[in-house]
Amino acid sequence: MNEIFKNSGNKDTRSGFGAGLLEAGRRNPDVVALCADLTGSLKMDAFAAEFPERFFQCGIAEANMIGVSAGLAVSGKIPFAGSFANFLTGRVYDQIRQSIAYSETNVKICASHAGITLGEDGATHQIMEDIGLMRMLPGITVINPCDYNQTKAATIAIAEYKGPVYLRFGRPSVPNFTPENQVFEIGKALKLTEGSDVTIFATGHMVWEALTAAAELERSGISAEVINIHTIKPLDKKAVLESAFKTKAVVCAEEHLIAGGIGELICALLSRERPLPVEIVAVDDRFGQSGTPAELMKYYSLDSNAVINSVKKVLSRKV
Amino acid sequence: MLSTEKLNEISCQVRRDIVRMVNMAGSGHPGGSLGSTDLLVTLFFSEMKHNPESWTRDGMGNDIFLLSAGHMSPLFYSVLSRSGYFPVSELASFRKLGSRLQGHPSVEKGLKGVHVASGSLGQGLSVACGAAIAKRMRQENNFVYVLIGDGESEEGQIWEAAMFGAQHKIDNLIAMTDMNGQQIDGPVKSVMDLGDLEAKWRAFGWDTIIVDGHDKEKISAAFLWAKKLRGNGKPKMLLMKTVMGKGVDFMEGTHHWHGKAPDKAQTERALEQLKETLGDF
Repeated sequence: MNEIFKNSGNKDTRSGFGAGLLEAGRRNPDVVALCADLTGSLKMDAFAAEFPERFFQCGIAEANMIGVSAGLAVSGKIPFAGSFANFLTGRVYDQIRQSIAYSETNVKICASHAGITLGEDGATHQIMEDIGLMRMLPGITVINPCDYNQTKAATIAIAEYKGPVYLRFGRPSVPNFTPENQVFEIGKALKLTEGSDVTIFATGHMVWEALTAAAELERSGISAEVINIHTIKPLDKKAVLESAFKTKAVVCAEEHLIAGGIGELICALLSRERPLPVEIVAVDDRFGQSGTPAELMKYYSLDSNAVINSVKKVLSRKV
Repeated sequence: MLSTEKLNEISCQVRRDIVRMVNMAGSGHPGGSLGSTDLLVTLFFSEMKHNPESWTRDGMGNDIFLLSAGHMSPLFYSVLSRSGYFPVSELASFRKLGSRLQGHPSVEKGLKGVHVASGSLGQGLSVACGAAIAKRMRQENNFVYVLIGDGESEEGQIWEAAMFGAQHKIDNLIAMTDMNGQQIDGPVKSVMDLGDLEAKWRAFGWDTIIVDGHDKEKISAAFLWAKKLRGNGKPKMLLMKTVMGKGVDFMEGTHHWHGKAPDKAQTERALEQLKETLGDF
């Protein structure tokens, strides 16, 4: 019998980050925060108000913010650097590569407004390559929580973890359905529903879409196992393989390009271990555009309907 | 505080180390390294508060030095080893497979004295700002020193850090620019003219001073000036006028030796000009 996930009310994941940052700051005086002129958007204002001496406004200069964060981390602080995902990955890739990843500095790269759901600002701001960019860097942990509660828990957890982290979250209000005050375990995939016909591996905003799809599939007699891949790197290989070998059909769902995303990651793992039919719900090699988050999710086939269609497709290929 | 004579002896040996390391590796960057030798020797052997034995990567309780212009690694490694951070014999491993002395400084293999990787230019000044803020938060008396190049100052991030340093009143930060006027493709003036660097730094809100980067007494005086000004709310920039390739006549003043290794005959000619003062590695 599957647990029924209830939406306790829509909330944005960036507010979960803001709440988690404040809590992490209260727990550990070494936690410091930096922002590049997006303090309100990142919901870092509560931290800045409570700990003004531990908050550093960097202005519209992300490259320097990454370097300053590295310097603070070298000297024993735990910096949380916040901006939009677009400006915290592609724009500063070399700074992250040299001063954070290769230098093994304990910096938390906190990226909001990731993916297509950034919405109306359009493709200049909608990055769908960030997971790929970050997971290519040796030594960086990549985390993409699914809702407010989980983003808050993840933010608290990464303050206690020593090492560089890329934390990805978003702008829109989305269902908040995971437990309040959960303990976030980095690297441990979470099985949300037990199923036997197909496994849906989802990350970020797509986890709720996967759950919605699974409930509908159940009504038509298809049993789907939904697994929340909140930590993309290191991937919980054991959990992925166990479920995939059981159901023998896989769908991956993510608000990202196919290139570099969890679909590719899981395909690579399965092709090494035991090839199985896989469908990927993601954007194929194109940029986004302006629109509301809900419109864009539908337009780019990143919703529960797209997941259902991919499940049907993969089941037709199942041996 | 060492005498100028003693500092000159060390500089001479460091220059020998640089030439020999680059020759043995068959690659590397002798020009800038030779040009910045006098200022780095003065800093490490006379000015900086540091303790190689108790060194930790977080720099707690010590002054911190960061080499932003990471290609001057032969100089950095020689000065570190001659200061006692690691055995001088390890200099022979420069740029070799498995060595802690990577082509550009890295922390991966735990080389003492290196706080952060550098080499991709323009990043070290930002890192220095962060390290200096951390020291200030802990109310440490120590300073953070960083060395950048004039060519490196073409990177936009340098000027982002310049604004940040002034905005956050980081007055325990002492930055140095190696102004040798040369970069890979030619003189800085013809590649990308930086104009009046001192005026630029002043306009960005820094205290500045122009120093003869080969005169150890003047270098020391500049450090003293910078340290005395702590508390005035301004970061410090020491603009060091240097000659690329200083100490080896055929390398002096030209960009041709920025990133080229001398062959056997050239190495012999160079070493004839540099007395072995402390024993070769």
